[in-house]
Amino acid sequence: MARVTDAPKVVTANRLQDGAVVWLTAAGDWSIRVADAQVQTDASSAEAALGIARASAARQEVVEPYAVDVVVEATGPRPLKTREWIRAAGPSIDAIPTAA
Amino acid sequence: MPLIDSGKLVDDAWVRLGDDDALPAADVPVIVSLARFHKDRASLVGRNGGLGIFLASSQHPKDIADHLADFALVALDFPKFRDGRGFTIARELREHLGYRGIIRAVGHTLPDQYLALVRCGVTQVEIPEGRDPALWAHALAEISTAYQVSVAGPLSMARLARHKKTEHAA
Amino acid sequence: MSPTAAARQIDPPANGLSSHAGIYHYDQVDRDFLKERVEQFRRQVARRLAGELTEDEFKPLRLMNGLYLQLHAYMLRIAVPYGILTSRQVRQFGRIARQYDKGFGHFTTRQNLQFNWIKLVDVPAILDLLAEVDMHAIQTSGNCIRNVTSDQFAGVASDEVVDPRHYAEVLRQWSTLHPEFSFLPRKFKIAITGSSADRAAICIHDVGLIAKRGADGTVGFEVYVGGGLGRTPFIAKKLRDFLPEDELIAYLEAVLRVYNAYGRRDNIYKARIKILVHELGIDAFRDEVEAEFARMPVAQYRLEPAILDGIRTRFASQPYEALEPISGILARARLEDQAFNRWVRTNVAVHRQPGYAIATITLKPAGGIPGDVSADQMDVIADLADRYSFGEIRVTHEQNLVLAHVRQDDLPALWKALADIGFGEANSGLITDIIACPGLDYCALANARSIPLAQRISERFADLDRQHDIGELKIKISGCINACGHHHVGHIGILGVDKKGVEAYQLTLGGSAAEAGAIGDILGPALSADETLDAIDAVVGVYLDQRQDGERFLDTLARIGHTPFKDKVYAAH
Repeated sequence: MARVTDAPKVVTANRLQDGAVVWLTAAGDWSIRVADAQVQTDASSAEAALGIARASAARQEVVEPYAVDVVVEATGPRPLKTREWIRAAGPSIDAIPTAA
Repeated sequence: MPLIDSGKLVDDAWVRLGDDDALPAADVPVIVSLARFHKDRASLVGRNGGLGIFLASSQHPKDIADHLADFALVALDFPKFRDGRGFTIARELREHLGYRGIIRAVGHTLPDQYLALVRCGVTQVEIPEGRDPALWAHALAEISTAYQVSVAGPLSMARLARHKKTEHAA
Repeated sequence: MSPTAAARQIDPPANGLSSHAGIYHYDQVDRDFLKERVEQFRRQVARRLAGELTEDEFKPLRLMNGLYLQLHAYMLRIAVPYGILTSRQVRQFGRIARQYDKGFGHFTTRQNLQFNWIKLVDVPAILDLLAEVDMHAIQTSGNCIRNVTSDQFAGVASDEVVDPRHYAEVLRQWSTLHPEFSFLPRKFKIAITGSSADRAAICIHDVGLIAKRGADGTVGFEVYVGGGLGRTPFIAKKLRDFLPEDELIAYLEAVLRVYNAYGRRDNIYKARIKILVHELGIDAFRDEVEAEFARMPVAQYRLEPAILDGIRTRFASQPYEALEPISGILARARLEDQAFNRWVRTNVAVHRQPGYAIATITLKPAGGIPGDVSADQMDVIADLADRYSFGEIRVTHEQNLVLAHVRQDDLPALWKALADIGFGEANSGLITDIIACPGLDYCALANARSIPLAQRISERFADLDRQHDIGELKIKISGCINACGHHHVGHIGILGVDKKGVEAYQLTLGGSAAEAGAIGDILGPALSADETLDAIDAVVGVYLDQRQDGERFLDTLARIGHTPFKDKVYAAH
């Protein structure tokens, strides 16, 4: 599992039905936009958010939720690791072949 | 744990005996570990109740090959359903060692594995409490074609053999 | 010029299958089986959605049906048995791409096709569409015997000794839902070839088979075991020099049994058969297999000649015309058009039928994504296959396609049509014919991106004059140590690593997947993407400076060693 860091965190998962990347909001539901994610700044609130996410996974709504480190910018949280910002933003490449 | 045999729930008369447990009445069939068997062989063999042996997934059929006649049941452990050694062990018991008693899968298996278990020679499976036994009954009929030889199926190249008669029109 | 009278047609075209494609044509047993398998998976999905299966339980079940959960969506990997497709199947891929994906698909190093944007709830419907054209996703993942791969030139190569497709089909059927070998310690990949030149990379497979003929002309197999890439790369070791044809299934059962019983299950990175073979030693491993084989009731497992004959008759053959061996049309076109001539040089191979040729369609346009094909391109390729290659399309492990039966007279028209959809690049086997895994843009396992790097290399070396001057040079990129991009056996291999949260790339030189096979050596510390581009330039520069007459990159490297390359690449550091 990821190292425990002091960075602010958001909770993410993939939606079971379609695999879409989703982010846990302040209302305790899931959004497909990272901008909607609730940022957790301390360990206990992050753990509480993960608890909500795991309960959602147990209801067959999402798969394998986990917390990711973010930096909070004007537009909202931005994941720190490359893997996570690619999950947030989509593939970094033109997803359609060039000469279609 | 509920027990499935031939796709149906059946009563389980067998008692799983811990290595230090006292023997029950002589007509109660017991399943013991290999260690207990070697320690208490004299008192275990020849009781009226049958004797079963528990084989861990890391234990090998050759460990019991010399004593197979003593066992009315071999219980194969599946510590995780992903640990597929039991499939090879069951087939080996049937095919190489000619074992004809009950082979029981214990531990964690899925209904989705049941047909393959049966085809490898398993006769009974323990299933988790609360699961719908109909899933296991259904699993037996789910796939009606088998391409391979199996100890439970025809002893030729199974459905590969259909190609022996050339079926242009099929 | 009448078609060869004996050409075999299996199903009438009304049935929908291109009748002369050189694949095994399903019979009713195969179709009934496939329907049941789709229904089984439909119920498994329903049970997962209803909470009757946990994710932990569902995962191996969906993987055995080719379904991964990746970064952004589910990915469905469709099996292309030994890499051969009909035009109708390719059109169906196009339909699925439009209806259920984002309009494209991705051909992989295992001759399969992946869709990257699939919804779990759609998968049963997609499997129905696949079953309509005798296709499926069975055993394209999971710890089971995977889809069997083979030589993309099978049946047409001029150097072929035995046609491996019939044996590949036997293995496909035998391995399908094998009751004993569906929960192995790890995945198990079998590759088979029947030519002296190994285009199937058998040396990097769990089991590699070379079909050959004995002194009396009978078919047998040279059997290799324990090859593989990943964290601990090994070139396969020889297990048997000549396994008689009829013992093929029995012997493989013995190999798999030894593996299933003794392969490690305590550590996922040590669970492949290559580790068992390495830890036991090939001689002890062989003793185990031979002991198992010796006590098997071999008659039950005998691959009788009649079974093989039956399978052979379900392969269509091609109604080749009687043609002159040399095409005047082709010769003139080569003289008149330098660009076409260049394409013929790199992308066209000799066919054993006079007047025919094998055309490779490199899915590597300058700056493109290796292996990606849009639905529209799929439709065009299917049409071209119908017009020029008996409705048959093949997939190569280098993420390219092949039209295997093209009249030499038709090559100019074929090339123009391919160029119209961006696939006329004359770069097969050259520096821009890059293998790349999906990498961190899609894959949940990756450490670094592969595709953008492949695109940048492809752009930097886009100049065809320069590419042809450089000659044969294979770049292979993997986004993590699992090595789906075969970086270990790239002439230049590139491995994506995570260097304290930053993507970096480690270069290897001197790998090869041809005949004997070789694992490349690491050149030095990992580099950034920008530095990697410059490093490849530097490596190519050293080769061009130092090469002697007729030397390919690998030849020069073998002669002068790594040091000159290393010095140049790391000179600025």
